[in-house]
Amino acid sequence: MAYIEFKDVKKIYRMGEVDIEALSGVDFEIEKGEFVVIAGASGAGKSTILNILGGMDNATSGEIIVDGNKISDYGARQLTTYRRYDIGFVFQFYNLVQNLTVVENVELATQICKNPLNIEDTVRAVGLGERMHNFPAQLSGGEQQRVAIARALAKNPKLLLCDEPTGALDYNTGKSILKLLQDTCREQGMTVIIITHNLALTDMGDRIIKVKSGKILSMEKNDNPLPIERIEW
Amino acid sequence: MNELLEKLIPNVLDYSERFFTSCTQTLQMFAIAGIFTFLFGMLFGVVLTVTKRGGIRENRVIYYIVEIFTNVFRSIPFIILLIFLIPFTRALVGTAIGVKGAVVPLIFGAVPFFTRQVETALANVDDGKIEAARSMGSGTFGLIFRIYLHEAVPELVRVTTITAISLIGLTTMAGAVGAGGIGSFAINYGQNLNHQDIVNVCVVILLVFVCVLQTLGNFFSKKTTNRELITRRKEL
Ligand SMILES: Nc1ncnc2c1ncn2[C@@H]1O[C@H](COP(=O)(O)OP(=O)(O)O)[C@@H](O)[C@H]1O
Ligand SMILES: [Mg+2]
Repeated sequence: MAYIEFKDVKKIYRMGEVDIEALSGVDFEIEKGEFVVIAGASGAGKSTILNILGGMDNATSGEIIVDGNKISDYGARQLTTYRRYDIGFVFQFYNLVQNLTVVENVELATQICKNPLNIEDTVRAVGLGERMHNFPAQLSGGEQQRVAIARALAKNPKLLLCDEPTGALDYNTGKSILKLLQDTCREQGMTVIIITHNLALTDMGDRIIKVKSGKILSMEKNDNPLPIERIEW
Repeated sequence: MNELLEKLIPNVLDYSERFFTSCTQTLQMFAIAGIFTFLFGMLFGVVLTVTKRGGIRENRVIYYIVEIFTNVFRSIPFIILLIFLIPFTRALVGTAIGVKGAVVPLIFGAVPFFTRQVETALANVDDGKIEAARSMGSGTFGLIFRIYLHEAVPELVRVTTITAISLIGLTTMAGAVGAGGIGSFAINYGQNLNHQDIVNVCVVILLVFVCVLQTLGNFFSKKTTNRELITRRKEL
């Protein structure tokens, strides 16, 4: 059995009278420690997949297994616990709390989890050792995204889920963030999943999942993932 | 000094004891009604935010109960509310007059106002932050206390100040129907006995109250506003 499995997962959003089928039967699997890229056009259902995998939302039907646990059977309370201990999320917009410093923002996440990493080490690891006591508004977009990554990593999660993490960043800053994520995966053996609508980025992944109109278009293993430095877009 | 006062406000001096009792009564009404208003308004404001459509704990029934209560009591002019609530007040605290009798309608008058203000303050909290905190595994109470209330503190201080000031106004209005306090004093001894100096002094006292509240509010609001912005301003 794979580390993560999606089996015929469907998600229907009810908008008043109309039903929107965001996922119409999605199957894929991911192995532990992989650097995964989920790519597809805007509206394809990528965020929906990630939100369901991260326990932010329930699937309408289908089976989701993570590390031997059947997430799809979880209720609201179990999902909260699952998010708390097993999942680290990074969003396109960094969503830091404005009146807390870098360190305090990371603390906000670690306060409620079981085996957090050392906060200051984590902040240093994302390259912000000098900025620990700055407030978000004093940091650039790339630096704020680093804080968000530190916040997710410090929880020591099983999975790091990133929804368009470079969507709001310029080319070079985006690259440095992707490099940080790839390095984290390689050095800590963490399973990292990245969503992007940029197909040029797929070469960096160990596994590439392409999504189209709520379905999986293709899933391939890539034995020679490119280091970020060699990717151009 | 005394001579000057004797000249300027002769009648206030004549009724000085009454005057001081009135001030105390107003402060009492303000304090008691204020505390309850703060607690209930905060509670209802949070409940509305959390249970609304798309809220973190959506619940139509609870939302509509609080919503209707808030709307109904907010639509009734306070002076009518005072009369309307007399039987209820009497049943609840045994009397409809004096400080005790006034506190009940004051709470009913101020809570809906404050609830709306709190709701607006919390609505300004960025959804992305709620989403991020939810993704970290914060539960409902975690989201309320660690994100909503935390992020909204400066705004909450501001709306608390506004409500406190309007509560002073309500307190004096209650004086018209036997609540006592500065409102009663101004009407009974100032207007009815035709002592303009009494009315004038009441106005000054109320102005002082309001100024003190506003100054306190500004102070705390500044203290709690995004620290990073203040730091940045200092750097510039
Ligand atoms: N909360 C929601 N309510 C209704 N429809 C939604 C909701 N979230 C997403 N959708 C719809 O589901 C589809 C997939 O959305 P999403 O997963 O966000 O796509 P992507 O992340 O690939 O751009 C879109 O058609 C979108 O409009
Ligand atoms: Mg998306």
